[in-house]
Amino acid sequence: MTKEFGSMRRADVDGASRLAAQAVIDAARRLGLEDVAVATIDSPVGELLVAGTHRGLVRVAYPDEPPDVVIEELAETLSPRVLEDPRALDLVRRQLEEYFEGRRDRFEVRLDWTLAPSGFSRKVLEATARIPFGSVSTYGEMAKRAGSPRAARAAGNALHDNPIPPPAGSGSTAAVSGGRSSCSAWRGP
Amino acid sequence: MTLPAFATFLEEHRVPVYRFLLASVGPGDTDDCFQETFLAALRAYPKLREESNLRAWVLTIATRKAIDHGRARARRAVPVEQLPERATHEQADGDPELWRAVGALPERQRAAVVHRYVLDLPYADVARVLGCSEEAARASAYEGRKKLRTMRELEELGGKP
Repeated sequence: MTKEFGSMRRADVDGASRLAAQAVIDAARRLGLEDVAVATIDSPVGELLVAGTHRGLVRVAYPDEPPDVVIEELAETLSPRVLEDPRALDLVRRQLEEYFEGRRDRFEVRLDWTLAPSGFSRKVLEATARIPFGSVSTYGEMAKRAGSPRAARAAGNALHDNPIPPPAGSGSTAAVSGGRSSCSAWRGP
Repeated sequence: MTLPAFATFLEEHRVPVYRFLLASVGPGDTDDCFQETFLAALRAYPKLREESNLRAWVLTIATRKAIDHGRARARRAVPVEQLPERATHEQADGDPELWRAVGALPERQRAAVVHRYVLDLPYADVARVLGCSEEAARASAYEGRKKLRTMRELEELGGKP
C-alpha cells in the first residue's frame, strides 16, 4: 500500500533535520524565547548538566542525577521552554572547566536562585557563593554568615539541597559543625 | 499530562516534521518552513495544556506553514511551462518522478497524501492536522493518490522494488 512512497519514507533526513533544529535553537536564543538553556560538561567526577535562565545559572546537576530527569524537572518547575543550547552557557561552562582544572577559585557568573530554598537556607547558599574555593569554612561559620550563628545543622541541610553547587557552596564547607573535615563529595580529586 | 521539555519535543518530532516539509515544499524551502514551524510551536508551547497528541499538534502547524507557503508562492509565481520549480527534488534519492508528482498535487491533497502514506498518520490525525472531518481527509488522500497514479502510471511501475 505504501511501497510506492518508499523513497519519501526512506529519505535520510536525520542529519538535515538536526541542522535545522540547531537553527531553531539559535533563532530562539536571539528572539528571547529560550527560557532555560541546558548543556552538559565533562568534569573529573563525570558529566555535569548545567542550566541557565535569563537571570543566570540556575542548576548544576551531578552525574548521580540522570540528565533526562533533571531536564524534565526544569521544564516542570521553571518553564517547558527548555532547549539544549551549549552556546548560551559558554561562560559558565568555561569557568566550571577552569574550576575543575584547579585554575579558578571564584565564579564570575550571575546566579538565579529560583530553585534554591527560600529564607535561611537561601542565605546560607548565598554566603557560600562568596567563599573562595580552597578556603575552609564550617557549617557553624556558614550559619553565622547567614545571620543565625546557632543554626549550624540547618546550614548543613541547606548545603545538601543546593541547586547550584558550584558556584554556590564552592568553598570547602566542613561536614561536621565546628570541625574541619575535608570537602564535599562533588569536589572531585 | 505534563509537557515534556521543548528540547525533548524538538528531538522527538524533528524527523517527521522535516520529512513532511521536504515532501511538501521541496528542499529549497524546507529549512525555512521547519524553523517557522518550531518557532511558532515554541511561542505557543507554555500555554499548551491537555495536549496528549504532540505529534499531531506540531504537524498541524507544519501543514499550515506548508499551505501558506504554497499560496504565497502561487501569488508570486509567473506561469511557466509544466510544473513549478518547488516540485523538483533533485537531491531526493531514488525516485525523482515521485517527488515531482507529489509536489504537483494541490496543497491539501499533497498534505493528506504525505501525512497518510509517508508518515503513516491514522486518518483521525490526518483530519486533525488538516482541520477537516475524517471523511474529508480520506477523500483528499484518495483523490491525491488517484492523481499521482495517473501522473505516474503506477500500474506499470508496480513491479519495481
